[in-house]
Amino acid sequence: MSAIADRDANRSGLRERLAEFRRNVLSRHPTMAIGGVLLILMILGAVFAPLLFTVDPIALNPIQRLRGPGAAQWFGTDMFGRDIYSRTIYGTRISLFVGLAAAVLSIAIGLVIGLLAGYVRLLDTILMRVMDGLMAIPGILLAIALVSLSGASLVTVTVAITIPEIPRVVRLVRAIVLSVREEPYVEAAVAAGTRLPLILIRHILPNTIPPLIVQATYVCASAMLTESILGFLGAGTPPEIPSWGNIMAEGRTYFQIAPWIIFFPGALLALTVLAVNVLGDGLRDTLDPRIAKKM
Amino acid sequence: MFRSTRRALLFAAALAVPAMVLAGPQPAAAEKVLRVIPHADLKNIDPIWTTAYITRNHGYMVYDTLFAMDANLKPQPQMVDTWSVSDDQLTWTFKLRDGLKWHDGAPVTAADCVASLNRWGKRDGMGQALMNVMDSLSAADDKTIVMKLKQPYGLVLESIGKISSNVPFMMPKRFAETDPFEQVTDMIGSGPFKFSKDEWVPGSKVVYLKNEDYVPRSEPPSYAAGGKVVKVDRVEWVYFPDQTTAMNALINNEVDYFEQPANDLAPILANSPGIVVEVNDPVGNMGFARFNHLLPPFDNVKVRRAAMAAMKQEDYLLAAVGLPEYFSTCYSVFPCGTPLESTAGSEIVKSAGVEEGKKLLAESGYDGTPVVIMQPTDIPVLSAFSLVTAEKLRKIGMKVDMQAMDWSTLTSRRAKRDPVKDGGWNIFHTWWIGADVLNPMAIAYSGDPAKGWFGWPSDADLERARTAFPLAKNVAEQKVLATKVQDRLYAIGSHGNLGAFFTPVAYRDNVKGLIKSPVQFFWNISVE
Amino acid sequence: MFSFIAKRIVATIPVMGVVALFVFLMLRLSPGDPASVIAGDYATAADIERIREQLGLSDPIVVQFGNWIWQLMRADLGISIFSNLPVTTLIAQRLEPTLMLSLTTLTFSVLVAVPLGALAAWKAGTWIDRAVMIFAVAGFSLPVFVLGYALIYEFSLALQWLPVQGYKSPFDGLLPFLRHIILPTVTLSVIFIALFARITRASVLEVLEEDYIRTARAKGQTERKVLLGHALRNAAVPIVTVIGLGIALLIGGVVVTESVYNIPGLGRLVVDAILKRDYPIIQGLILMFSFVYILVNLMIDIVYTLIDPRIRY
Repeated sequence: MSAIADRDANRSGLRERLAEFRRNVLSRHPTMAIGGVLLILMILGAVFAPLLFTVDPIALNPIQRLRGPGAAQWFGTDMFGRDIYSRTIYGTRISLFVGLAAAVLSIAIGLVIGLLAGYVRLLDTILMRVMDGLMAIPGILLAIALVSLSGASLVTVTVAITIPEIPRVVRLVRAIVLSVREEPYVEAAVAAGTRLPLILIRHILPNTIPPLIVQATYVCASAMLTESILGFLGAGTPPEIPSWGNIMAEGRTYFQIAPWIIFFPGALLALTVLAVNVLGDGLRDTLDPRIAKKM
Repeated sequence: MFRSTRRALLFAAALAVPAMVLAGPQPAAAEKVLRVIPHADLKNIDPIWTTAYITRNHGYMVYDTLFAMDANLKPQPQMVDTWSVSDDQLTWTFKLRDGLKWHDGAPVTAADCVASLNRWGKRDGMGQALMNVMDSLSAADDKTIVMKLKQPYGLVLESIGKISSNVPFMMPKRFAETDPFEQVTDMIGSGPFKFSKDEWVPGSKVVYLKNEDYVPRSEPPSYAAGGKVVKVDRVEWVYFPDQTTAMNALINNEVDYFEQPANDLAPILANSPGIVVEVNDPVGNMGFARFNHLLPPFDNVKVRRAAMAAMKQEDYLLAAVGLPEYFSTCYSVFPCGTPLESTAGSEIVKSAGVEEGKKLLAESGYDGTPVVIMQPTDIPVLSAFSLVTAEKLRKIGMKVDMQAMDWSTLTSRRAKRDPVKDGGWNIFHTWWIGADVLNPMAIAYSGDPAKGWFGWPSDADLERARTAFPLAKNVAEQKVLATKVQDRLYAIGSHGNLGAFFTPVAYRDNVKGLIKSPVQFFWNISVE
Repeated sequence: MFSFIAKRIVATIPVMGVVALFVFLMLRLSPGDPASVIAGDYATAADIERIREQLGLSDPIVVQFGNWIWQLMRADLGISIFSNLPVTTLIAQRLEPTLMLSLTTLTFSVLVAVPLGALAAWKAGTWIDRAVMIFAVAGFSLPVFVLGYALIYEFSLALQWLPVQGYKSPFDGLLPFLRHIILPTVTLSVIFIALFARITRASVLEVLEEDYIRTARAKGQTERKVLLGHALRNAAVPIVTVIGLGIALLIGGVVVTESVYNIPGLGRLVVDAILKRDYPIIQGLILMFSFVYILVNLMIDIVYTLIDPRIRY
C-alpha cells in the first residue's frame, strides 16, 4: 500500500515539475528555448534533407572540384566536386544519429549496469572495477583503437564513442541508487517483500531520470565532437556517408585553398553542439536544482 | 619506464631553477643542415626486412650498392670497379672499387657483399628469381665476387642494380647474416651518410651525418648511379603527419624541403616567394584497381573486363590528383616513356566509358553479386580511387559494398583468399611507383595464383611469357615478350589501369642540385 | 591517512589488470596485424606467416597474454615491432613535449578560467556572467583542429609572430620553448578554460549562499576579501576534482594538438602505433596513460584532505 502511495507521490512530483517547467522555464531560460528550437530545426532538416534543394551528396563531379560558394553550389564543392551544401544537410542525419544514438545507448547501458551495481552488492565490486578500468583509458584513444581495429562503419563509430561514456553514467546512477536505497519508502517496499526488479523499476528508476536526461545532452554534444576528431585522425565514419565530422576531416588538407569545406559543416556542428549544451544546462536548472548547483 | 620517470624528475628540478638561459645554444655557424619533410615516417631501418619506400630511401643514405640504375634505366657499376662475363654467360666476376670502407672503419670485402646478396635473395622477388638460376656465389679474394649460374640469365645486372624495394644494399657480413625475417640491429653501411642512431625518434625525426670517408665515383650523378658527393654536413628528416602544417612550415622557412606535398597544395606553395615546386620523378606512379580473381563476380573474366571498360582514367586522375599538370593517361601497363611501353590490347582501357561497361556487363551474365571494395581512408589517393570505382560500378549496374578501413587492415585482408563472408574481398586500389613495374618480372603482373600477387590471376600464357623474359637474348626479344605479357594482362582483365600520376616536390630556392629520379636521393644537394 | 593511501594504491592493481586485459583482447581479436604491413606489397602468404611466427603472433592468445604480463612484471614494456626499439625508450624520447604541453595547458587554463568563473559568479546575472558562460559553452563546440589551423594561419603566417610547428625543449632556452608552445597551449586550453570556468562559477555561486559568507559580509569585510578569502578557497574541492577528470580529456586533446603543431609527443606515438598495429607500443602507452590517470586522481584525493579540513579518512 505504502509503496503505491509513494510511487504516486513520486509521479505527482514529476508532474508538478513538468508543469512548473511549462509555466516558468521557457520564460526564465530563453536560451534553452532557442536551443530547443534550433535542435528541432536540425532534426527537421535531417529528415527532410531530400526536399531542401539538395543533390546527390555522394555524386562525384571532378570537373567542378574545389569551387567556392556561389549560385550553383551554395556552399561550394569539395575536392571530388561533391556539393558541400547537400553533404552538409545530409550530414546532419549522420551527426545527429551519432549524437543521439551515443546518448541513448550510453544512458541505457549505463543505467542497467548502474542499477545492478548499486543494488546488488555482489556485482558491485566487479562491475565498478571494470568501470574504473574503462574510465582510466583515455576515451578518444579507446575510440580510435576500436574503430581502427574493427573497421570503420557508422555502427562501430557510434559504439566506439558510446563505450567510453558508459562508466560516467554508471557512476551517476550508482550514486543515486546508493542514496535512494536508504530512503524509508524503499526500505518499506523491501520489508513488504517486493521483488528486486520491481523495486528497481518502481522506486529507484524514476529518481535517476532527471539527472540522466541532463547527462544525455552532454554525451550527445561530446559524441558529435568526438566523431569529427576521429575523422581528423583517420578513424571516423566511412567517407561514403557524409557526416559533419568527416566532411571537415576530408577537407583539412584544403583549409587554405577551400576553407568552405570546413567552414559550413563546422559552423553547423558548433551551432548544434551549442544548442544541445544550452538545452542541457536549461534542463539541469529546472529538472534537478540539486545537481544544478554542483555542476 | 625508469628512464622516463627520471627524465620527469629532471624537469621538475629544472623548472625550479630560476636562472634558466633565455636564448638557446647557437648551432655551429659553419654546419650546413638540410631540413627535410619526408613522405612518410621512418618506422624501421632494415631495407631488406621491409619494402617500405621510406626505408628504401633510408637505405640509400646509409648503404651503397654494387650496381645502380642510371637515367637511361641501365645498370651501371657503383661499388664495383670492373666486371666480366664468361663467354657461356654463366660466370660473372665483379671486382670492388678501392677505398670502400664501412662506417666503423673496416674495409668492405667481397665476403660482406656475398652475405648481403644472399640475405636480399631470400626476401626480394627479383632476388629470388636470380637465386633460382644461381649455382654458386662466392668471394674469390677480398675484392672479387664470383657468381656462377645454372643457365644464362638476362637480368643479372638489372637485379643487383635494381633501384627500388628491396634494393640489394651491401652490409657488413655480421649484419648480413641476420635472419632475413628479423631486423638488423645496427646501421653500419658504406654509404655517403651515417645514421645518427642516438638522434632517431621513430615517428618524428631521423638524422644523417656526412660520411667524411666516403669516396664517390667520378661520374656525374644520374639516378642512383654516378658519384654520390655529399654537400651538406647533416640531413634531418622531420616527419609531419599533417599536410597543412607541413606546407606552412615550408612557407615559414622552418624546413628546406617537402618531399611529397599533396598535389592541391602545390599552387599555394608555388605562389609563395622563395619556394620551387617541380616534379622530380619522371616515371611517375601507376594507379591500380586490383580484382580478386578467385571470388564471384570477378572470377568471371567478362565481368572483370566490363569493370575495366568503365574505368575511365581521366575520372580517376581528376578525382584523386586534381591538377592536370600532375597526371597523364597511360594505357600501357609498363610505364609510359619507358622502353617496354606498348599499346597491345589496350583498346579496352582507351575507349573506356560507362556505356561500354554496361554493354559488356550485360553480356557477362552478372548475377547481382555485390562487389566488396576495400577503401583505405587513411590514404587520400586510394580513398578517392575507391570512391570513383564505386560510382563507376554502380553506373554500369553492379551492386557495391564499400567497406572503409585503414591501410593496415587492408594489407592483411587482401592476403585472404576466403569467400567474402569469411573476410574476403573483391577490389582494392593501390599504386606502384613506375620504377617498380618497368618489366614483366614485377610481381604485380604475375599470372600464377600460387605464387602471385594478391588478386591471384591465373593464366598459363602470361606466366610462360614472364618466365621467358629474363632469358631473352636481346632487347628486341624482350620487347616481344613484354608485349605478349601486356596483351595477356588486358585479355584476362588482370587489373584496372588507372593512369599515371606524378608527385611534386617543393623546396626553398636556396636548395640546389636535386637529382631527378623516381627515388629521393640526398647527395649532390647543397644549401646555399 | 597512510593506511588510506596504501589501500588506494593496492586498489589500483585490479583496475590496471582490467585495463591490461581489455587492451590486449581488443588488439588481438581484431582483424589486421603488423605482419602483413611489414611484409609489404611483394610478400606471399608464406612470408607473412613467417613474420607472424617471428613476432610471436601465431602463439595461442593465452600464451601471448601470459608472456606480456610476465614482461610487465619485470617493468619491461617490450620492443616496438616496427622500429625494434624498446617501448620505454620510445616513451622516454617523447615524454617531455607531452608533459610540457600538458603542464602549460593546465597552468594557463587554471590561471584564466578560475578568475573568469569567480568573476562570473560574483557578477551572476549580469552581462559579464552571460559573456563568460557563452564563451564557456562555445569552447565546447569547436573541433580542436579547426581552431589550431585558424590560429596558425593568423599568428604564424599572416602576422609572422610565432613559428608554425615543432617543439623546443626549455632546457635549450626558455624563449624558443615559449615561442613554440604558445599556440598549442592556447588551442588545447580553450576546452579546459570552458570546463574549469563553468565549474568555478557553479562552485563559487554555491559557496556565496552559505551562512559564513553572509557572516563575513555582515562583519563588513570587503567583497574582494569575501570572494578571495572565503568563497574561492571553499570552492576549491570541486575545481580540483574536475582538473583530475580533465587529465583524461587532456590526453585526448593532446593527440590532435600534437598532430596539428607537429609536436613529437606521446599522443602521436600512440595514434601512429594504432594505425600500424604496433602492439607493444599501443599496449604500453594505453596502460601508462591509465596509470597516470589513476595516479593523478589518487593524488587529488590526497590533496582533498589538505585543502578541505572537513574531509578526514
